[in-house]
Amino acid sequence: MPVLIYAENAGGKFKKSVFEAISYARAIADQNNTTLTVISIGDVSQDELAALGKYGADKVLNVSNEKLKNFVNQAYASVIAEAAKKESADVVVISNTFSGRGLAPRVGVKLQAGVADGTVALPEQSGGKFTVKKTAFSGKAFAIVELTSPVKVIALVPNSYKVVETNKGGQIEDFNADVKESDFKAMLKEIVRATDKVSLPDAEIVVSGGRGLKGPENWGMVEELADLLGAATACSKPVSDAGWRPHSEHVGQTGIAVSPNLYIAIGISGAIQHLAGVSSSKVIVVINKDPEAPFFKVADYGIVGDAFEVVPKLIAALKEYKAS
Amino acid sequence: MTKILVCISNVPDTTTKITFTDNNTQFNTSGVQFILNPYDEIALSRAIELTEGTGGTVTVINVGEAGTEPTIRKALAIGAADAVRVNAKPKDAWFVASQIAGYVKNNPFDLILTGQESIDYNGAKIAGMLGELLDIPSVSIIKKLSVEGNTATVEREIEGGKEVLTIPLPIVAGTAEGVADPKIPNMRGIMSARTKPLNVIEPVEVKDLSAVISFETPAPRGQVTLVQADDTAKLVDLLHTEAKVI
Ligand SMILES: Cc1cc2nc3c(=O)[nH]c(=O)nc-3n(C[C@H](O)[C@H](O)[C@H](O)COP(=O)(O)OP(=O)(O)OC[C@H]3O[C@@H](n4cnc5c(N)ncnc54)[C@H](O)[C@@H]3O)c2cc1C
Ligand SMILES: Nc1ncnc2c1ncn2[C@@H]1O[C@H](COP(=O)(O)O)[C@@H](O)[C@H]1O
Repeated sequence: MPVLIYAENAGGKFKKSVFEAISYARAIADQNNTTLTVISIGDVSQDELAALGKYGADKVLNVSNEKLKNFVNQAYASVIAEAAKKESADVVVISNTFSGRGLAPRVGVKLQAGVADGTVALPEQSGGKFTVKKTAFSGKAFAIVELTSPVKVIALVPNSYKVVETNKGGQIEDFNADVKESDFKAMLKEIVRATDKVSLPDAEIVVSGGRGLKGPENWGMVEELADLLGAATACSKPVSDAGWRPHSEHVGQTGIAVSPNLYIAIGISGAIQHLAGVSSSKVIVVINKDPEAPFFKVADYGIVGDAFEVVPKLIAALKEYKAS
Repeated sequence: MTKILVCISNVPDTTTKITFTDNNTQFNTSGVQFILNPYDEIALSRAIELTEGTGGTVTVINVGEAGTEPTIRKALAIGAADAVRVNAKPKDAWFVASQIAGYVKNNPFDLILTGQESIDYNGAKIAGMLGELLDIPSVSIIKKLSVEGNTATVEREIEGGKEVLTIPLPIVAGTAEGVADPKIPNMRGIMSARTKPLNVIEPVEVKDLSAVISFETPAPRGQVTLVQADDTAKLVDLLHTEAKVI
């Protein structure tokens, strides 16, 4: 059962979610006593590629064709499927990122493979069955899904598997895929990528604000707290609906689902739709002036108090902690 | 004269407490209210905006058993011209995408919209699968969509940023928040929805690639540890020494 993993780069660099996915794919390869091949597509330096061996790649296929420099969903899916065929891979792992969620279903169809999106744990393999655990009902539950096809595609949720270092050489080979012209219909007009901010889906710590913060002018302290923690900022739905914060920060059932190590909710009531998207966070801290706020029921730590007093004090305490 | 198809799913209301029956193998639908998937509502609203005054048309399609018809009628009330229901239980994304692709192969559209994901299955897979089955471009999580002549311009979310793409039609696009504000059906819409065409067709045969074995609900969290409002240093200490997250 050779395993293939697609290592997505962001502007030529690999993020932690890629190392997690490689570590995860390595563990599947080990379950089956087989090899792990990583495929990278785009403009990535040899040094960056060489580092992938550290996380368990036996081999790294590098596709650095000029036309494939930028992400093109259809073409990238063709390349990944072709690599899977060449390597006779029967498990293909893709990170469940924005781009990954566009790729996995296309790769699945090309390989006639069952696709497990939103996977959060290693597959169970016994008695010829291959089952995976995936999020369902917007984080309110998990589904155990059996992939019954010979080839399987798994999209792994960032932050659900830890990075493990197992040095395996990771020999780099060039890979030239034949991609048909009609795969390049989508034309990139503009790309904006903030490099100075932690992006929400990758963040290990998220600081989130709700309607309790009264208005956009009060987000200064949320951002300061986030900066101190190296965290991403998020918000509840009414906050983005009101235009206080961009839609890309909205978490919950109809927003982004996050599973950071630490989620700090400030002035958020904890409505069921909000909790759906954040309840798989490892540790939850709630700051709310209402002791009856439902969020306290799912919190690990809580402070009942006025955010406008508590947050500046928390910032001060953190600065002190960092200084010591 | 754009012809738009919007794929709609029938999902449990967002306030639903999710429980299971039959040894955690079946979703417990008792007492559950079903709604038009919120993302599909946005897709449909944008589709209607794009066709208004242009002579374009919006059709909705659902793969589901007869019980989904109230949701289909809601979509007609919002403004779709007609509807198709593929009469089958939606087993998984592959099954659903195959049914919709089967229909589209005989009834072509310029633009096919799905929601970014269904809030029950959360696969976010239908758009990509449909694109592949129809061999046309797909974009999965889009925040903006406009159409000019034969070309669509979409803004797609990426980690920490965005991408703007132009793509010649036909395409499949999965819509997220921001694409449109959800339209609320008016009285005229509700009245006319009753008489708009709803064609029921039978499913095509599809080979299974996956099966749900069972469900689990997340482990409940322990009791919350409360810290005094003036003792934020204590919280920092707990996060460092006990929770080990900072
Ligand atoms: C179809 C649908 C989908 C939805 N999807 C989502 C979703 O994905 N994500 C989401 O977040 N919501 C979603 N919602 C909305 C959800 O139901 C709630 O309305 C929303 O989460 C409430 O946001 P909030 O907690 O910021 O505001 P509120 O409910 O108004 O709560 C504000 C909180 O702040 C506290 N507060 C006030 N002042 C202070 C202060 N000075 N200091 C400290 N605390 C203070 C209050 O005690 C209160 O608990 C959805 C709703 C629907 C119908
Ligand atoms: N049973 C269905 N019938 C029609 N369209 C569906 C169905 N299920 C899902 N879809 C569409 O596919 C999108 C993504 O669904 P999913 O892949 O299940 O997350 C939804 O937002 C709908 O637009």
